[in-house]
Amino acid sequence: MGYLRKIQYNCKQATFLIEKKMIRSLTFREMIELRIHLAGCSVCVLYSKQSRKINEMVRQLLHSTGPSAIRLDDDFKKELQERIEEELNKI
Amino acid sequence: MSADSYQLNPHHWVKDYADYLYAYAIRRINNEELAKDLVQETFLAALEKVDKFEGKSSERTWLTAILKNKIIDVYRKKSSGLNKDVQAAEHEQQDFFESDGHWSPEHKPLSFGIDTVDPLHNKEFNHILQQCMQKLPALWLAVFTMKHIDDEDTTIICTELKVSPSNFWVIIHRAKINLRACLQKNWI
Repeated sequence: MGYLRKIQYNCKQATFLIEKKMIRSLTFREMIELRIHLAGCSVCVLYSKQSRKINEMVRQLLHSTGPSAIRLDDDFKKELQERIEEELNKI
Repeated sequence: MSADSYQLNPHHWVKDYADYLYAYAIRRINNEELAKDLVQETFLAALEKVDKFEGKSSERTWLTAILKNKIIDVYRKKSSGLNKDVQAAEHEQQDFFESDGHWSPEHKPLSFGIDTVDPLHNKEFNHILQQCMQKLPALWLAVFTMKHIDDEDTTIICTELKVSPSNFWVIIHRAKINLRACLQKNWI
């Protein structure tokens, strides 16, 4: 099987390149490989779309600003500030 | 001290930043007790460094940077000597593709409605997303989080987590393949 035919049918390699591309630019050769693959593989095109969306979702999940539902309980905070004051007095 | 430089006020730290830091930690390590400990350690470590504060960044940025280093320590501890779960996940991973590189029929990506999820208004999806992330081996999750959430430099991630550059790309790939599959399986 010729080299190009190999990449044409290799979804594992194509998804690897899809992930790489989201982080840094591909080499010229990698770019060509990926284009050739995606031109003939609708499953990896779908994968690529989903993967991008997942990144978006993960990002918003961890960066969601505004009032957060995640809060420390007041007792813990009170003790913590007391501890800090204690340390400050030592200085 | 110039007028625009920042100053520290430890008397207000807990009131102003404890919840923020706690939320920051818990989103990255998903363990309440550990997150609490890290917040406390962050403040205490910060007190020791007060005289090194140069006023170039805001109090919150400065405290977050200290916390971030502590989180990386946790990642590092978790991922060292935890090769078993990596091996198990790698084994599963082999099933995603046939030996010739094709998607195996049962793991082929299908359309599962992720396109229509509104990121800001879907608690249920976020819940599943978090659960799926927690299923990843610790090292993969650390690499994934540092790259995709904190946008950390690849070289830094490799150094901090002691991962070779080629392994870095393999982990990035595998983490996503697994995460996507988990979402497809659980999001109905």
